Amino acid sequence: MPKQTPSQTVGPYFAYGLTPQPYGREGIADGRVVDRTLSGAALAGHRITVTGRVLDGAKAPVIDAMIEIWQADAQGRYAHPADGREASFHGFGRTGTDGEGAFRIETIKPGPVAGADARPQAPHLNVAVFARGMPNHAYTRVYFSDETAANEADMVLNLVGPDRRNTLVAMLEKTAGGPVYRFDIRLQGEDETVFFDA
Amino acid sequence: MRPNTPYTPRDWDSHPPYIVPDYRSTLLRGPKKPLIPLPHSLSELTGPVFGHDVVGPLDHDLTRNGVVNAEPLGERIIVTGKVMDEAGRPVPHTLVELWQANAAGRYVHRWDQHAAPLDPNFFGGGRTMTDAEGRYRFITIKPGAYPWGNHHNAWRPNHIHFSLFGPSFVTRLVTQMYFPGDPLLAFDPIYQGIPESARERLVSRFSLDVTEPMMALGYEFDIVLRGPRATPIDED
Ligand SMILES: [Fe+3]
Repeated sequence: MPKQTPSQTVGPYFAYGLTPQPYGREGIADGRVVDRTLSGAALAGHRITVTGRVLDGAKAPVIDAMIEIWQADAQGRYAHPADGREASFHGFGRTGTDGEGAFRIETIKPGPVAGADARPQAPHLNVAVFARGMPNHAYTRVYFSDETAANEADMVLNLVGPDRRNTLVAMLEKTAGGPVYRFDIRLQGEDETVFFDA
Repeated sequence: MRPNTPYTPRDWDSHPPYIVPDYRSTLLRGPKKPLIPLPHSLSELTGPVFGHDVVGPLDHDLTRNGVVNAEPLGERIIVTGKVMDEAGRPVPHTLVELWQANAAGRYVHRWDQHAAPLDPNFFGGGRTMTDAEGRYRFITIKPGAYPWGNHHNAWRPNHIHFSLFGPSFVTRLVTQMYFPGDPLLAFDPIYQGIPESARERLVSRFSLDVTEPMMALGYEFDIVLRGPRATPIDED
């Protein structure tokens, strides 16, 4: 049986390959999980922004990280054959971090998806974090601070010790431009973000 | 294949650890707390599906997709291989992205300060889809080695960066392909950070069959992604 191909870091120079818009090239995603042209009746759900910074073990910004998002639509459907239902959008987003280590994802809030125990999970975004200095990408999840009851019942959040659960919950800030969820990713340290062996 | 079979976990005997002391930038960037095993739900069994619409006609040919007014400089090569899962089954119609330095070891990236020339006719980024048998094929220029600041006299071996999706978000893989016989592999902490028994999987094979007369040398690089945990007895 063939064995898994080893992972390697994306290195510092992935941007023109994977997030190449500043180089005048089109990438496969640009920080918007939903296309700007989709709106109103064409796309059910609440428009949200998820933003935050990626920080290293010395709390310094990681300015050469890449974030990927994979999520369900507002009805909790994934655009994938294993789901089998027709989702209302593609569900994938990708962006690099900027000079402050910040990223920004424009999307809609996902609906509940059945968990491994068949009970509904709290709404969440699936996240992969890549960076120079990371031989493997890291998996985490973004949950939402205004879903208190669903979060308390969520099977995956309950796998995490109560002292670390908050690292997976994005904090809602209401702004003039709409709801913004704040989610910092701490790669290492006292308040290290929970990462999964997904 | 049953669509809702969980995937095998990441095989930590195949992948480098998050912290490789000789690769200095891992020291503050690698998670130190244990990863939490995640039972697979639809969130893990699904992942982005890309169609041929994301791939342009020249995207697989790096000797042409950056041309301004002449051919790029350097040694033309063909890089091809098969993407499969751990049962050896092909992973068809999956997106493969790649990026690399030019023949002089210089990246187009705006942060790359290496005092080697840029090639105005070489961009260094490309993508393609695997075919029904899981095969991919790129035409490119052999990338040069380049220095980096990890330690005194540190040089990266010749390498091409690869990014793959496979059928789900958990089969995602970013890796690097190396070249056979490269003397720098022995000194590269990124390559040496891989468990010894798994390292050579990242070294491509020279192939005279893939080589095209008067055109380009050929290299083969197969890629194995995580597969379904249980091998189905009946396949249709
Ligand atoms: Fe590189």
